[in-house]
Amino acid sequence: MSRVLVIVTALVLAACRADARDDYLGEKDPKQFGLGHAASAGEVASLDIDVSPNGAGLPPGSGTPEQGATVFAATCASCHGVNGEGKPPAYPQLVGGPKGAFNFATDFKIPRTIGNYWPYATTVFDYVRRAMPLTAPGSLTPDQTYAVTAYLLNREGLLPAGATLDARSLPAIQMPARSHFVPDDRRGSTGGANVR
Amino acid sequence: MADTPPISRRTLITGAAVAAGGVLLTNLPGAGAQQAATTPVAPPPSAPSDPTKGPGAPTTAVGERSPFVNPQRAPIGEITGTSLTPLQDLTGTITPADLHFTRIHAGVPTIDPAKHTLLIHGLVDRPVELSVADLKRFPAVTRVHFIECSGNGRAAYRTPKPEMTPQQVDGMMSNSEWTGVPLAVLFREVGVKPEASWFLAEGGDAALLDRSIPVSKGRDDALVVWAQNGEALRPEQGFPIRLLVPGYEGNANVKWLRRIKLGAEPFMTRWETSKYTDPLPADKVRMFSFEMDAKSIITSPAYPERLSGPGWWPIRGLAWSGRGRITRVDVSTDGGKTWLAAQLLTALTPKTHVRFEHMWQWDGSESLLMSRATDDQGYVQPTMAQLKAVRGAGTDYHFNSIRAWRVSHDGVVTFEANT
Repeated sequence: MSRVLVIVTALVLAACRADARDDYLGEKDPKQFGLGHAASAGEVASLDIDVSPNGAGLPPGSGTPEQGATVFAATCASCHGVNGEGKPPAYPQLVGGPKGAFNFATDFKIPRTIGNYWPYATTVFDYVRRAMPLTAPGSLTPDQTYAVTAYLLNREGLLPAGATLDARSLPAIQMPARSHFVPDDRRGSTGGANVR
Repeated sequence: MADTPPISRRTLITGAAVAAGGVLLTNLPGAGAQQAATTPVAPPPSAPSDPTKGPGAPTTAVGERSPFVNPQRAPIGEITGTSLTPLQDLTGTITPADLHFTRIHAGVPTIDPAKHTLLIHGLVDRPVELSVADLKRFPAVTRVHFIECSGNGRAAYRTPKPEMTPQQVDGMMSNSEWTGVPLAVLFREVGVKPEASWFLAEGGDAALLDRSIPVSKGRDDALVVWAQNGEALRPEQGFPIRLLVPGYEGNANVKWLRRIKLGAEPFMTRWETSKYTDPLPADKVRMFSFEMDAKSIITSPAYPERLSGPGWWPIRGLAWSGRGRITRVDVSTDGGKTWLAAQLLTALTPKTHVRFEHMWQWDGSESLLMSRATDDQGYVQPTMAQLKAVRGAGTDYHFNSIRAWRVSHDGVVTFEANT
C-alpha cells in the first residue's frame, strides 16, 4: 500500500510539469553557473528607465502645461489629434473621456482616457518616455516629457494652468480612477454559471 | 443565416481580409504590404496529369508549402496591430512558427543576436548581464505551451456577425514547442532578495514593452526561451529571446526580452493599467488578470465551409486552459440541449492546446454546434450569457465563452456568438 502511495505521489508531482526535469534546482546543484558578467552601475543605469508610482526613476527636469502644448502640437497631434481625440484603435484617445460615472462595463464605446481610467499619473511619463512618439521613441528630453505629461494632465483637469510638473509633484497627483482598480479574483471560480 | 447564398471561399476570404484590415498607416513603413493583402492571390496552381511519369522538382535549401495550400495570417501591414493565425487551416496542435499570431506595438525589431543581452537587476544580490550565448549554456527545458492574447475573441463578444472564420473569432492564439532556461535558474544565479515579489520584464522593441509579473510565477514555470518548434524564434515572436509565462495572457510573454528588474511592488506600466485591465460592473476594473480561463473552439465545420450533404462529418477543434490541464471537452449539435464527450487526441499537458474530435452523423436538419472545455481546476467554459451577466457588455479582455456554429439545412455554416 505504501509503495502505491509513493508511486502515486511521484506521479502527481511529475504531473505539475510537462517534463520531470527539476535537477537544476536541488541542494546539490550549482547555486550559480557563473555565466555572463557582473553588470556595472553604468550598464544598469543606461537601461534602467522605468518609473514607479512612488516616483522612483523620475529624472531631474520639469515642464508646464503651456510648454507641453507646444510639444504636443509638434510631435503628438499628427497621430493623437490636435485635441488628443486620437484615431482609434491604433492611436488611442488620450483626453476628454466622460468624467464622473465609472461605468465602462456597460458600453465598450465609452472612451477610456487618462483622466477617467489611468490609475497612476507616473505611468503617463513612463510611457511617453519609453515609447513616444511612435516614429522616434526616446527623442523627447526629460523637460519635454514632463511638459507633455503636464499638458495631458491639465487637459483632464488634474493639473492647474501654469503649474510646474517635476519629480516631486508628479507622483503626488491623485488619479480619479485609482480607487476602482481591484486585483484578480477569478481563481477558484468553477466557470459556468459561477464564472467571475 | 440559413438563407445565406453560397459564395466562393476565395470571395469570402478576400472580403474578410478587407473587413478586418484595421487602420491604414499611410505615412509609416508597412503601408505597401497592407495593399498587398487585398489584391487577388496567384492564379490556381497546376499539376501534371500523372506525376509518376517523370521526375519531380530537385532538392531545395528551404522547403515550401504545396502550391495547393495557402494558409495566411491576416490582417497584415500594420506596425501597431495584430495578425491572426488561420485556425481553420491547421490540424493537430503545433502552430507552424510562420503562422503564429503576431501582436506588435511598434513594429518587429531587427536584432543582432551577437549584440543582444539580458540584464537582470534590482532586488538581487548579483546584477548580471547575459548574452544569448550565455543563456544557452544554462540547463534547458523543452515544453509545449499555447500563447493567447487576452483580447482574443473581442470581435465575437462585441460585434459578432455570421460571416466570421475561426481565424477572425479566435485567431489571436497559437501553440508551440518552446526551448529555454527556467527563470527559476536565473533567479538563483542572481540571488533574488527575499523582499522581491514582482519583476518587470522589458522588451527591446521600439515600444520597450514592459509588464510586472509575480516572482512566484517566475519561480513556478516561467522560461526565457530562444527556440520555437525546433529552430530559433521568429523575429515577430521575439528573436533572439522572449519571456514565456505559460497560461498567462499573451502580452505578458514579453518578446525581444532585454531586461528583468526585481522589485517589491508592481511597476504599474501602461500595459497593466490603461490596457489589459477588465472593466466590471459596480464601478470596478480588474487588474493583473493574467491567467487565461479554459476555452475551446470548433475549427471545423466552421464558416466559410459548406457541408456537401448529410452523412458522417468530423467535428474538430482546440481546447486549452491557462490554469492547468484540459480534462474533458463536450460537444453539442443541438445548441447545448445535450452534450457528448469528445475524443481528446493529443497530450494533456498543462497550458497546452488539445485537439478534440467528435464524429457526427448529420441528418441534414439545421444544427447548432458547440464545444465546452473543462480543466483540472473544475472550471467549465461559460456561455456568452453567463459571461456577459457577470462582466458586462462593455468589459474588455478574457472572452472565453462557448462558441457556436450554425449549420443550415443546405450545409452553409455560419458563426453564432450568443450562447
